Amino acid sequence: MIRFILLQNRQGKTRLAKYYVPLEDSEKHKVEYEVHRLVVNRDPKFTNFVEFRTHKVIYRRYAGLFFSLCVDITDNELAYLECIHLFVEILDHFFSNVCELDLVFNFHKVYLILDEFILAGELQETSKKAIIERMGELEKLE
Amino acid sequence: MNPFSSGTRLRDMIRAIRACKTAAEERAVVRKECAAIRAAINENDQDYRHRNLAKLMFIQMLGYPTHFGQMECLKLIASAGFPEKRIGYLGLMLLLDERQEVLMLVTNSLKQDLNHSNQYIVGLALCALGNICSAEMARDLAPEVERLLQFRDPNIRKKAALCSIRIIKKVPDLAENFINPAASLLKEKHHGVLITGVQLCTDLCKVSSEALEYFRKKCTDGLVKTLRDIANSPYAPEYDIAGITDPFLHIRLLKLLRILGQGDADASDCMNDILAQVATKTESNKNAGNAILYECVETIMSIEDNGGLRVLAINILGRFLSNRDNNIRYVALNMLMKAMMVDAQAVQRHRATILECVKDSDASIQKRALELVYLLVNENNVKPLTKELIEYLEVSDQEFKGDLTAKICSLVEKFSPEKIWYIDQMLKVLSEAGNFVKDEVWHALIVVISNATDLHGYTVRALYRALQTSTEQETLVRVAVWCIGEYGDMLVNNVGMLDIEDPITVTESDAVDAIEVAIKRHSSDLTTKAMALIALLKLSSRFPSCSERIRDIIVQNKGNLVLELQQRSIEFNCILQKHQNIRSALVERMPVLDEATFSGRRAGSLPSAVSTSSTGAPRNLPNGIAKPAAAPIADLLDLSSDDVPAPSSSGGDFLQDLLGVDLSPASAPSGTSQPPKAGTDVLLDLLSLGTLPPAQSSSSTSDILSSSQDNKAPLANLNGLTSLSSLSPNATSPASAASMMDLLDGFGPSPQKHEENGPAFPSLVAYESSSLRMTFNFSKQPGNPQTTLIQATFTNLSPNVYNDFLFQAAVPKFLQLHLDPASSNTLPASGNGSISQNLKVTNSQHGKKSLVMRIRIAYKMNNKDVLEEGQISNFPRDL
Repeated sequence: MIRFILLQNRQGKTRLAKYYVPLEDSEKHKVEYEVHRLVVNRDPKFTNFVEFRTHKVIYRRYAGLFFSLCVDITDNELAYLECIHLFVEILDHFFSNVCELDLVFNFHKVYLILDEFILAGELQETSKKAIIERMGELEKLE
Repeated sequence: MNPFSSGTRLRDMIRAIRACKTAAEERAVVRKECAAIRAAINENDQDYRHRNLAKLMFIQMLGYPTHFGQMECLKLIASAGFPEKRIGYLGLMLLLDERQEVLMLVTNSLKQDLNHSNQYIVGLALCALGNICSAEMARDLAPEVERLLQFRDPNIRKKAALCSIRIIKKVPDLAENFINPAASLLKEKHHGVLITGVQLCTDLCKVSSEALEYFRKKCTDGLVKTLRDIANSPYAPEYDIAGITDPFLHIRLLKLLRILGQGDADASDCMNDILAQVATKTESNKNAGNAILYECVETIMSIEDNGGLRVLAINILGRFLSNRDNNIRYVALNMLMKAMMVDAQAVQRHRATILECVKDSDASIQKRALELVYLLVNENNVKPLTKELIEYLEVSDQEFKGDLTAKICSLVEKFSPEKIWYIDQMLKVLSEAGNFVKDEVWHALIVVISNATDLHGYTVRALYRALQTSTEQETLVRVAVWCIGEYGDMLVNNVGMLDIEDPITVTESDAVDAIEVAIKRHSSDLTTKAMALIALLKLSSRFPSCSERIRDIIVQNKGNLVLELQQRSIEFNCILQKHQNIRSALVERMPVLDEATFSGRRAGSLPSAVSTSSTGAPRNLPNGIAKPAAAPIADLLDLSSDDVPAPSSSGGDFLQDLLGVDLSPASAPSGTSQPPKAGTDVLLDLLSLGTLPPAQSSSSTSDILSSSQDNKAPLANLNGLTSLSSLSPNATSPASAASMMDLLDGFGPSPQKHEENGPAFPSLVAYESSSLRMTFNFSKQPGNPQTTLIQATFTNLSPNVYNDFLFQAAVPKFLQLHLDPASSNTLPASGNGSISQNLKVTNSQHGKKSLVMRIRIAYKMNNKDVLEEGQISNFPRDL
């Protein structure tokens, strides 16, 4: 199960933080700080997995943005790595050539996309097309 | 309208915040925005509520407090329109979590929305529920969610399925309601519904054995078929990743099959074919394919045995391990750990590769590989593996050294085939990474060294050499200081030289130099310095030529700012100056520390204990050298018999603190816990400090002092013998007497026993080292019970002839000893012949005290002088 998802830039600014387990605000900030420190200086050749407390963080870097998923120690790391990539593809498709600024100004939309992709810490939909279509329907209701 | 809230849109606020140059500016902007939002909240502003909430979410993400907006979420959720509800639910998920009581207020809105006619609103409600549902909400809303599992729109069904997972995790009792609807989801064709349905079944199996049984019986075949269909499906652009149709679904299916197959042969049998197909047919050149293979291997390892499949799985892992991609190697290491339980032999084949991974530059891989190597080590490969690990210790990162050191120490202790190897490895670790070695590890090392009588000389020389090259490793310095203090004479005289050693020349003053360096080094901590002081005291008696210089060093510390060191220095100086007559008795070599007690004490805290004694009977020491833990008590009585103002008491306590020894069991009534007590003594021994038995409070100190005054005369006359048996335990307080008896293992003096035994006494192996054995045969002259005739027989255990063989013995004052000439002064090699010598001992305290004897054996081996010493205190009682 995914414990939380973080999107951070290289400076450590959080662009998206979604927690599927309850944490105090102070604890959240600590987690964000620690995860950023863990991933930011890793060599690109290194594994995309870092052990974090009793869990592990699966992360992937796209340009200046780090996508980090914190998952259970027994979870399939490679699958979650693929999962990050799928999420990025969806974002890229939705914003057509996504960049960090899109995510900053449309952060609420990013949350909505995420809610169509992952729910309760589990994968909800694996089709990029289905999610984009669903987002289109929701946009119409605005 | 509020003047503050009219202006900025969400976009403008984000721009304003981004334009801030400093954190202070940003805080100011945020403060202004928050003030405006609060004002709007107070005015119950309707028009901008959802915009304000959106701003709050952004502000929250920046890390500012936003709890004042929580109620706004509820209001937005309660409003009618989709856009408002959407922001409201989003805010609910971001600003609140399941622990806030406010959440109770939202249950009713959620219930209404779950029953809403607009399926998009139902979707919003399900999403919020799935992410933040509490146990109470789960109970209240479970029926709605259960109903929605059969909703016509697949988007709702999949959300309901994931929502159900959250509900059964919060309230496992509700699981049975979901078993049937979950099973029907497995028949779906829609990938989203199928994947969430499979996940729901997986989680149901985890919380309910009933569910597990049900799915195992009813769904295994269907799942196998679904997996086969998806594995064989033609290209499906919508779900295609790197040429594989929906790898996520593959993985979820394999995981559920694993749970169903575990512990059930029939179910496992049913899935064998498809697992073999997935394992052989899946492309392994892309991450997605490898993810499936990885999951498949785990399933094969977990389900009931099928030899062929397991071979296949191990081969896949072997391929993974040689992959250039670090991620793949990482998961391979991870999975090999699980494979260890199934087929350790197969994993051993990859040992070399795994060892390479320990040296990887990536900490994640290092860590996994080290864990795995730790599992791989057994009696057969411990030597080469330890060698590799220690070599790597020299070059590894600082952050990794702690882990690595702990693992090496644990391995060396667990699997060491012989003491010399154990000592060698530990010395290497201490020299390389002594600062990472835990206290209990070097304590254990000292216990082992103390027990390896024939290696004392070797060890102290090795430590001395190590100390010359690395002085920065605190624990190395401590062990070295202790050993030089104890075995300094062996260091200087090259006693007990092993064949593998290079002889070194160390003068007495060199040895003192080494200790002086340790005491003067700035980075030495208190424990090290305190140990160095004791070592100096000991050396002062071992090296009479250096005693002046030693006194100077001790005197220098009399003004030490640290109270402990100052006190020790003053006390030790006093011993050196005023009490020459007892000094040598005071600084006797430590008796052998009891391995069994020490490892027993450690066993509680550590899984692996020292098990270096290959005989398997550590208590049964072959040689008669002072029984473990007996002499410390004699030592301390020695101390207290003198009029030195109880030098040990405060220092002792302090050291106990230092060592973290818990004194509380000791102050409990005696007899509650003997083993920890003994352990404490052993620890105190480590620091070679006679101190009060922990069972005694300070008030009983005077007891000891006064009672032992009576025994002062015999003690003073002991002339360098530890007076194990010269003191009647009756003199000490009953508590300590009891514990002493315990510690003595029944070998101690027993003054109550008076009856005359028959003249037949069993013969005794009085002394045994790796090179020599001495056996005593006893006989008594009729009518003269006080006198014992002893025939000593010496046997050479080494392949070399001993020349100029000389046996000497000394006894305390209450005994009289007469030595007859020996039968020869040449001892043939390898036990081909022996020397015998007769001794006559007269015990003036017959019936009250047992015999005790200190021996020294000198001989020449290959023209080298060898000296062996020991104390025999395990004579039969009634001699």
